[in-house]
Amino acid sequence: MRLVLEKRPERNRWMQVASPLLAVTLTVLFGCILFAVRGIDPLHAIYVYFIGPLTTLWSIEELIVKATPLVLIGAGLAICFRADLWNIGAEGQLIAGALAGGSIPILAPHWDSSLAIPAMLLLGMLGGMAWAAVPALLRNRFGANEILTSLMLVYVAQYLLDWLVRGPWRDPQGFNFPKSISFNDWHLLATFGDGRVHLGAVFALVVAAVLAVFMARTLKGFEIRARGEAPRASTFGGFSVPGTTWLCFGISGALAGLAGICEVAGPVGQLQPTISPGYGFTAIIVAFLGRLNPLGALFGGLVLAVCYLGGEAAQVELSISEKTAQVFQGVLLFLILACDTLVRCRVRLERGTQGSSSGQGAAPPLGIEDAGSRAASEGAAR
Amino acid sequence: MENTDDGAAGHLLEAEEIVKRFGDFTANDRVSLRLRPGEIHALLGENGAGKSTLVKIIYGSLQPTAGRLRWHGEAVTVPSPAAARALGIGMVFQHFSLFDALTVVENIALAVPGRFDREALAGRVARVSEEYGLPLDPTALVADLPVGVRQRIEVVRCLLQEPCLLIMDEPTAVLTPQEARQLFVTLRRLADEGCAVLYISHRLEEVRELCHRATILRHGRVVAQVDPGAETAGSLARLMVGADVQSVCVAAREPSGVAALTVTRLSLPAAGAFGVPLRNLSLEVRGGEVTAVAGVAGNGQSELFEVLSGERPAPTPESVTIAGEPCGSRDITERRRLGAAFVPEERLGHSAVPGFGLGENVLLTRHASGDGLVRTGFINGGRTRALAARVTKRFDVRFSRQDQEANALSGGNLQKFVVGRELDRKPRILVINQPTWGVDAGAAALIRQALVDRAREGAAVLVISQDLDEIFEIADRIAVISRGVLSDTFAADGIDRERIGMLMAGAHEASPGPARDPRT
Repeated sequence: MRLVLEKRPERNRWMQVASPLLAVTLTVLFGCILFAVRGIDPLHAIYVYFIGPLTTLWSIEELIVKATPLVLIGAGLAICFRADLWNIGAEGQLIAGALAGGSIPILAPHWDSSLAIPAMLLLGMLGGMAWAAVPALLRNRFGANEILTSLMLVYVAQYLLDWLVRGPWRDPQGFNFPKSISFNDWHLLATFGDGRVHLGAVFALVVAAVLAVFMARTLKGFEIRARGEAPRASTFGGFSVPGTTWLCFGISGALAGLAGICEVAGPVGQLQPTISPGYGFTAIIVAFLGRLNPLGALFGGLVLAVCYLGGEAAQVELSISEKTAQVFQGVLLFLILACDTLVRCRVRLERGTQGSSSGQGAAPPLGIEDAGSRAASEGAAR
Repeated sequence: MENTDDGAAGHLLEAEEIVKRFGDFTANDRVSLRLRPGEIHALLGENGAGKSTLVKIIYGSLQPTAGRLRWHGEAVTVPSPAAARALGIGMVFQHFSLFDALTVVENIALAVPGRFDREALAGRVARVSEEYGLPLDPTALVADLPVGVRQRIEVVRCLLQEPCLLIMDEPTAVLTPQEARQLFVTLRRLADEGCAVLYISHRLEEVRELCHRATILRHGRVVAQVDPGAETAGSLARLMVGADVQSVCVAAREPSGVAALTVTRLSLPAAGAFGVPLRNLSLEVRGGEVTAVAGVAGNGQSELFEVLSGERPAPTPESVTIAGEPCGSRDITERRRLGAAFVPEERLGHSAVPGFGLGENVLLTRHASGDGLVRTGFINGGRTRALAARVTKRFDVRFSRQDQEANALSGGNLQKFVVGRELDRKPRILVINQPTWGVDAGAAALIRQALVDRAREGAAVLVISQDLDEIFEIADRIAVISRGVLSDTFAADGIDRERIGMLMAGAHEASPGPARDPRT
């Protein structure tokens, strides 16, 4: 007897959209159980965690501040993942962007010009792109697995940042704290409202919309989608595999870099050893929650921003560790992937005895040669 | 059907009236097979004849739709390969299942039940490999070993379980003649000890040399059981491919045009362990004609297709020319712009993107063909859909809703669509690999007619096919490929099936190509 996962004959489009909502609901339920086990009133805890952040103007602004980098990075990662390229080093690309863009306010603090901000943004994007180009190069040139290389470069970026703010870029008047100088006003992004929401939020909206059009309506977007769905067919269509890899890493790296420079030229206002609470990693969940669609990343970014804020609120009001936010993130990702799998496939218990044609689904794809097994795989695909 | 057996006593395995259906397709139609201990039994047939389906049923990876198996005279069901191994059935697959990063003994340990005792197992491996003349170093890393030695690991892994029946799926397809000879010694020795061997092959000479009996399958049925030693390679080939010629008349041929597609002395190393190297291959396809490349699948057809389409670059620009232009290093889009069109063998995932609608699948190969589907990087959705509609209408592609995904179409409909997508361009050169495999008869007829019509309009059509009926139906000239070596090209009315069968089994390999490189 064994459990078999077999493809459903047709995809249910409605369920594909509903799957992330289902995953969020299940995560909340899981939260209730978790709180109840800890002896905290689940309803109150859920209120503090998921509803509270939406009740005051201050927290809604803070929500947007947190969602901004998540959406920027998540939209770029969505494109990468659609091409079956697994860039999970966005955190490193974010730091590289912050370093490259932050070099202007630190090395040229007195350059007060309307060109300064565009130059910082541009450098930030180039920095992220350069950091992402390394895994792309290693993959194209040597076939190295981009998951490993992009992830490992995160740590390189973190140590580089750490070294810079403790060494050459440390503020001479900073009482030896590992921080750079605070950026001058003319090197900070324009803000709205109470002064926390910054220009990056506008970028996030524009980026999500532009990328959605890019993916759906342009030949390059088509190339990326084809590469992810069927790499051999995309080569047959005349699209270059290394070319698509460069493009996807370039876009997602540039957006992570943009998120990085927006963070340091926005809410953070300087370089310090920690400039992101793991936005680059959380954005992976954002991308999946948004159905790997750049517009969907807007939704995903907001949900995970609530998760961040709820974690902080729960720490204050319920005195539970902020690490619960990370638990929620992990559970959420797990549940999205599980829901997606179950939307695409169904689980069947197969008895190990006579099973007229049931062998089909479970047959190992060994030596697929004869028309018989071809017909079987075609039948299964249908 | 002839049955040379008398009495049921003493049979190791009896397969009785095995039927296996996949949807509407019958892969095995009342196939019966009997094996005695110590017998080397060949299972012969073209690709698609049902050989692999039958052995997968015996090995438990497929369940029969009807019919049953007897083992030592007892009715048995074999629900899984593990159950088959428990009965004493071992199988060596054509595509090995070895972990490159592990050593020989570690790979073997994975398949041997019980506790992992590396020392003891290494000892057993050394003993078995010595006993059967299969030298193996238990501590060697699989990644470092050549294909022949990897197969030895698989064989030794089976032998450790002391099987009564060993199934070998095209074992020599990846071996050099020397390695094959060594394998035969081992198999004969096993047979002498009473182990039965079920040997799948379409290499007729080696079957005649090695096997005691042969069962020949065609279109899922047993067409004969013979003593291969008493047959000639020619008579076996005739049984395999069938003699029932049913050529359909094709419009009278026009005078041959100029060579629109040429391949000149092309050699290409194998890509990966299971690739086939192309050896000194020359071919000319002229306008106004259908030229066919016959051959059993896996003899270099895919490699030839990829090098013609430009998915794999040729070693020199001149080794492939299209419309007179040296194209060896040009990519597929540039070749399309020269008027060439390509239809690969695999429909889902190669000629079409499974999850995309038909409109987007039209875009896949037509985005640069001057139909205005793309303007300044943006896709013109309306035109793309209109083009898809034109193709589906002209080639009678049936679908349940507009812009259906490619993977929701039946094999025949999808093939009509991908062939139609290319023919709609009115290409001057068309290269098509296995145009009608797995396609229903109606769709196959429509596709063949379209290919012939296009050739009669002046295009050069190259059909790579393993279906001899199809080739005789549509081809004007025929060449045969075997192990990456292409025969001379013959006029279709000047060659018979028997001669082609001999060429498919490699009769021409020795003469034209250079000596086969010994593998290292």
